[in-house]
Amino acid sequence: MVPLSAYVAVSAVLFMTGLLGVLIRRNFIIVLMAVEIMLNAANINLVAFSHHLESMAGQLVALFIIAIAAGEAAVGLAIIIVVFRGKISTNVDEMNLLKW
Amino acid sequence: MSDLTDLLIKLIPIFPLLAVISNGLLGSRYSHDVAHRLAWGSVGLSFLCTIGVFADILRTGVSREVVAYRWIFGGDLTINLAYLVDPLTCVMLLVVTGVGFLIHVYSVGYMHGETGFTRFFTYMNLFMVSMLLLVMGNNYVVLFIGWEGVGLCSYLLIGYYYEKVSAAKAASKAFVVNRIGDAGFLLAIFLVFINFKTFDYAKVFAQVSQLSPEMATAIALCLLVGAVGKSAQLPLYTWLPDAMEGPTPVSALIHAATMVTAGGYMIVRNHVIFDQSPTAMGVVGLIGGCTALFAATIGLVQTDIKRVLAYSTVSQLGYMFLGCGIGAYTAAIFHLMTHAFFKALLFLSAGSVIHALFGEQDIRNMGGLRKKIPWTYRLFLIGTVAIAGIPPLAGFWSKDEIMAHAFTHHQYLLYGMAAIGALLTSFYMFRLTYLTFYGSSRMDHHTEEHVHESPMVMLGPLMALGFLSLVGGLILGFPPEHGWLHSFLAPVAGVASEHEPAAGLVFLLMGTATAIALIGWGLAHFLYGASDETANRWAEKFSGVYTTLLNKYYVDELYDFLFVEPLKRWGALLDWFDRTVVDGLVRGVGQLADWGSTGSTWIEKHVIYAGLNVIGYGNHLAARQGRRMQSGMVHHYAAVIVAGLFLLALVVQLVIQM
Repeated sequence: MVPLSAYVAVSAVLFMTGLLGVLIRRNFIIVLMAVEIMLNAANINLVAFSHHLESMAGQLVALFIIAIAAGEAAVGLAIIIVVFRGKISTNVDEMNLLKW
Repeated sequence: MSDLTDLLIKLIPIFPLLAVISNGLLGSRYSHDVAHRLAWGSVGLSFLCTIGVFADILRTGVSREVVAYRWIFGGDLTINLAYLVDPLTCVMLLVVTGVGFLIHVYSVGYMHGETGFTRFFTYMNLFMVSMLLLVMGNNYVVLFIGWEGVGLCSYLLIGYYYEKVSAAKAASKAFVVNRIGDAGFLLAIFLVFINFKTFDYAKVFAQVSQLSPEMATAIALCLLVGAVGKSAQLPLYTWLPDAMEGPTPVSALIHAATMVTAGGYMIVRNHVIFDQSPTAMGVVGLIGGCTALFAATIGLVQTDIKRVLAYSTVSQLGYMFLGCGIGAYTAAIFHLMTHAFFKALLFLSAGSVIHALFGEQDIRNMGGLRKKIPWTYRLFLIGTVAIAGIPPLAGFWSKDEIMAHAFTHHQYLLYGMAAIGALLTSFYMFRLTYLTFYGSSRMDHHTEEHVHESPMVMLGPLMALGFLSLVGGLILGFPPEHGWLHSFLAPVAGVASEHEPAAGLVFLLMGTATAIALIGWGLAHFLYGASDETANRWAEKFSGVYTTLLNKYYVDELYDFLFVEPLKRWGALLDWFDRTVVDGLVRGVGQLADWGSTGSTWIEKHVIYAGLNVIGYGNHLAARQGRRMQSGMVHHYAAVIVAGLFLLALVVQLVIQM
């Protein structure tokens, strides 16, 4: 029997990995992958608590998150392609138009 | 059936109101034909409704109260736009809508081609609405609205030819003199409300016996002041002769048949209050008697055809007041009705004469018109005989009834006044007839060639009124004091006489009245029958009396001296005070404000603006530095978000631990 804290710990490690990836990496595609990792950390957390609390609601939400993550990845990749066509680059630092 | 009657009652004033709205707002968009059809058509519809209501009241004998609109209600005060239709109202409604309809039709011919044709009919219909409210209201407030409404329309119509200075002045005079009466009327209404806490006739009349005699006298006298103003009695009669500046149909409708009788109607309506006060009754009778005599003497020598009729109206209204003053309310209303018939007839015939002579009103420039305008002559003659009191025409029955009532109730002074008045009435009316229609023509050549009989649209209403003047008295008031009108009005006005006078006395009085009228005729025939030379000799012989009468006893000059001129001087003084003192103060204040604003403008420019600029510039500098925070780098933003998240988590953790 694996204790709940183990699941939560794995989830936390994954989430921090994803977060650092978002903040540090400069390649847009890798940033997108890091976001996916964070979502999956959240999924693990949800499923673990769903099992622990014996409620199906958490697993349902996890399914929704998977679906939304797929959509998000599709939209994100589409944006990357559009930006790439304009800039010939996937470096996040060059995408700095959202300012004054 | 009763619902239908209630509906008809509500409809009566609505038709003319709709015509007023249509003609008043849209009248300039359609032709005169449409405008006058709307005008007389609406009054005709009101007349038909009145007949329906009248038939129902006659059949059931029940008075009706209809609330048309709940108007003011709060606390224990309720004022409704409500109508009371009892026999008295019925009679008044028939007169107002019936005679009103005939005069509207007549006006179509008389006013043909005048500028402001539509305006004329708008005012006339507005007058009808007001007059209907006046006679139909079941409380003093509605009565007062109608009262003021007819006053307003009277003002507007007297001043119909407003480019004429004399017309504008006459209108103002009528308005101002009427205000004096209205002030008394308002006081009466206030007194009624203070004493009874209600405006409704029914509630007031039910409690009248609880009034102290002094209060009853006060209310009755205040009411009388209102009636005196509206009905042109002494001493407020001066506006009515001047009111003849208005078009002739107006003189007929407003200043003869309907509005001026409102005072009489109001007294009869409030006779319960007057019955409480013998003093007030005495004053009413005396004012009536004096007016009847006084106005008749002025009428003897006037030379304007309409002014003779105007003084005659004042005099006849005096008879109504005299009737009210001796408690002969039914007789007063009877005289009101017959007077409406024959005086409207006389005025409209006079209008027909004036129409034929292209606006000539001076009887010194008439004469010999009998052959030229035969129909107008015949109808005018009917009116003359009717007003003179020669049986069996209308005026005889009503006037004789008032006089007989005065005699049998031992009011010999009033009887004497009325008798002399009747003699003078007969004299001046036949004088008018002789000077206008008999003798040789005194017209200028051009006018004489073009004299023409009026069109049928004018003669038709005249014939209807002539018929009523012929037989109206017999139908309504025969036999005397027991006629149809008396039994119809008995529930409202009470039975006129408690004790029956002997039949012989009645016939004696009737014979006397007839003799008086015939003597007046004879005198007029003697003086004016062939030519007016005899009359002129008499006028020279009694030149003092003659000049006094011709100048209307100098009452206008007296009023001018006593009231108008002092008021004008007082007004000039106030004007000076206003211009120098009050305006000086105002200008001083304005100057101060000007200086103040100059000072504050300087402060604003040099102090406040400077402060605002400092703040604005500071903001600008701060923003210039602050905007560097927004780098445009997504991961910078994300880092800030995460840092904020951790900070939040830390705070939450600390709060939980505490």
